Amino acid sequence: MPTKGEKDTLTGTETTGHEWDGLRELNTPLPRWWLNIFYATILFAVVYCVLFPAVPWITGHTKGLLGNTQRGQLALDLDDAAKRQSAILARINSSDLATIRKDPDLFAFAVAGGKAAFADNCVPCHRAGGAGAPGYPMLAGDRWLWGGTLDAIYQTISHGVRNDDPDSRQSNMPRFGLDGMLTAAQIGDVADYVRSLSGNPGPADAISRGAAIFKENCAVCHGENGKGNHDVGAPDLTAKISLYGNDRATVVDVITRARAGSMPSWSRRLDPATIKMLTIYVHALGGGQ
Amino acid sequence: MTVEAREVAESGASRKQSLYQTRPKVYPRRVRGPIRRIKWVVLALCLTAYYVAPWLRWDRGPGRPDQAFLVDMPARRAYFLGLEIWPQEVYYIAGLLILGAIGLFFVTSLFGRLWCGFTCPQTVWTDLFMWAERLVEGDRMQRVRLDQQPWTLRKLGIKTAKHGIWLLIAAATGGAWIMYFNDAPTVTRNLLTLQASTTVYFFFGLFTATTYLLAGWAREQVCTFMCPWPRFQSAMVDEETLTVTYRGWRGEPRGRLHKGETFEGRGDCVDCHACVAVCPTGIDIRDGLQLECIGCGLCIDACNEIMDGVGRPHGLIAFDTALNRIAHERGTTAHPRLIRPRTIVYAAVMLIASGIMLAAVLNRATASIAVLAERSPLFVRLSDGSIRNSYVIKIENKTPAERSFVLSEEGLPFAMLQVAEGEGAAVPGGAGVILTVKPDSVGTFHAYLHLEKTAQPETPFKFIARATDGGETVAYVATFRGPGK
Repeated sequence: MPTKGEKDTLTGTETTGHEWDGLRELNTPLPRWWLNIFYATILFAVVYCVLFPAVPWITGHTKGLLGNTQRGQLALDLDDAAKRQSAILARINSSDLATIRKDPDLFAFAVAGGKAAFADNCVPCHRAGGAGAPGYPMLAGDRWLWGGTLDAIYQTISHGVRNDDPDSRQSNMPRFGLDGMLTAAQIGDVADYVRSLSGNPGPADAISRGAAIFKENCAVCHGENGKGNHDVGAPDLTAKISLYGNDRATVVDVITRARAGSMPSWSRRLDPATIKMLTIYVHALGGGQ
Repeated sequence: MTVEAREVAESGASRKQSLYQTRPKVYPRRVRGPIRRIKWVVLALCLTAYYVAPWLRWDRGPGRPDQAFLVDMPARRAYFLGLEIWPQEVYYIAGLLILGAIGLFFVTSLFGRLWCGFTCPQTVWTDLFMWAERLVEGDRMQRVRLDQQPWTLRKLGIKTAKHGIWLLIAAATGGAWIMYFNDAPTVTRNLLTLQASTTVYFFFGLFTATTYLLAGWAREQVCTFMCPWPRFQSAMVDEETLTVTYRGWRGEPRGRLHKGETFEGRGDCVDCHACVAVCPTGIDIRDGLQLECIGCGLCIDACNEIMDGVGRPHGLIAFDTALNRIAHERGTTAHPRLIRPRTIVYAAVMLIASGIMLAAVLNRATASIAVLAERSPLFVRLSDGSIRNSYVIKIENKTPAERSFVLSEEGLPFAMLQVAEGEGAAVPGGAGVILTVKPDSVGTFHAYLHLEKTAQPETPFKFIARATDGGETVAYVATFRGPGK
């Protein structure tokens, strides 16, 4: 090993004393500006460690003099956002639905707020944009079980369907097959008739027999013409879309066992302003009445 | 082994090598002469344009900005006299920059670094700062002496005065910059009464600081080390380009002129270093064309003054070409051509770019349409079995008046078009919907298209918006989606 402090003959610079196959490494000094910035970063790190949460322990970490945390920062940001929204939210709280629908500012805010709330709470069943799924009504279309006016939608969202909220939408279709009210053959005839209401073909004699059975057993809720009734959540059977499917097997199954979907009472989970915004949003999806 | 390397090796000196050469401070001397006068005039014109432009007014009608040159960031609009630019028309500015770049190439190929020497903001403000410096500290020799003096109260006073004046000019520069982005009278009042926004103060401070640092401290280092232009300008310069040239064939052999000596048998250069003393970048032009030379021509004025004194003709240093220098080495003279392939190409590209820009500005659309199809759900089946698609329609109205458009579709036979409640009115006795868009804004509408059935999952069609005032008709190709059966 060469002694330390040896100088390179060519440049006059000190070498590190390392040599590889005759190549020696120069110990070139760092540029001053670089060194100063390096020291500055060390100083910054020390100051940072003192002021902010930094060093981990086994059970936690140093908190820093400023007491800054990311959760705390988030809480501040949320407070700030809430403050900025409070004025328009107060107006939404104090206005009725029709007023909100007509006021461009309130409407735009409600649609945006409703969209966010819809994505958080409603999308799992009703799907994005209210597209619906078998058993979960489509909200972007024009067929409503419980009514598509602003007030009807507000009522449905607030108290839900077939739950333990005393104000929830209640109705139950009889289990015509399971409870022995109709025979299997009669159910088949009714199914053919119901399918013919939305334009599906079927045997003419079965349809006419089914019509008579329908009038006696089903018309009380679904109406003489099968147009449905919003008061009892009876679907319009003449529509060319259906909640569970309109192939013959599904219709027979629904009449035999009856179906009764349920929806939570959202007034127990959401505040009135959010429900109002949800109402406006759902109404504006394209099917509002 | 190079000579220097051998010397180091032989001396065996253990001197600490500095990795950075310290900047030799340049003390340019005052110059008088025609080029200096032209530079003062150009400086005055540039500064006047810069400081006065934001104060010019331009009537655009009630409720709209009346500033002739204004870039309104929050409102996303830029106004240049009668032209109004929306964000999507930023390519006008790109076109202007391209035009500026080619113009620069053109001028450089003909006359060298005219931009650098006369009109570049770095040159203009440095000139202004040097003028202020000379006013306070005196000319070259006084400044050199002042800097060598130990610190005294007098020196402190002089330096404080100089930097004070510099900061004032810098603040005025930063202040004027802010005015291009705000209403000038309002922002000036707010700035002075401490009521302007943080953004305004930030950019005011930023441009004050950069002006002070670049024109006061960095000066020629900006041109030599920071600016990319000197690096690639040599691609535009050829042997027929006018550059600041020391006519060596006339000046050499140089030497001091002793009393009673004639110019018989020697060059005209009396080695007085006047050209070096006045150079703002501190170079010796007699070494030939250099990267550092910004082509300001102040050495020409300085040398001509000396030539007058010694009774020799002007033009020992002059705007001349390499071609002429080479010709003189062979004993002839050469005259550069203004029209040559290079300048023809630059001029042609400039003409084409100007033509495209002019056509773009003259044919600027005053309306446009954009359509966003609803994607969740892609389509909706209604109770009567028909298919409905939803679209968000955005119609831009770039005119200062409210306009109505008739929205219709083309390519979907038997389709029914509606817009959301309260957003438009049906055309009486005709197809389409009347939509009204506010002046100078974008109208957003929700359109619904109904179709009895679709044979294919995707059907392309067109949304058409026709301005009812007889203006243009704009169209957007959209897609109608369905289950496909």
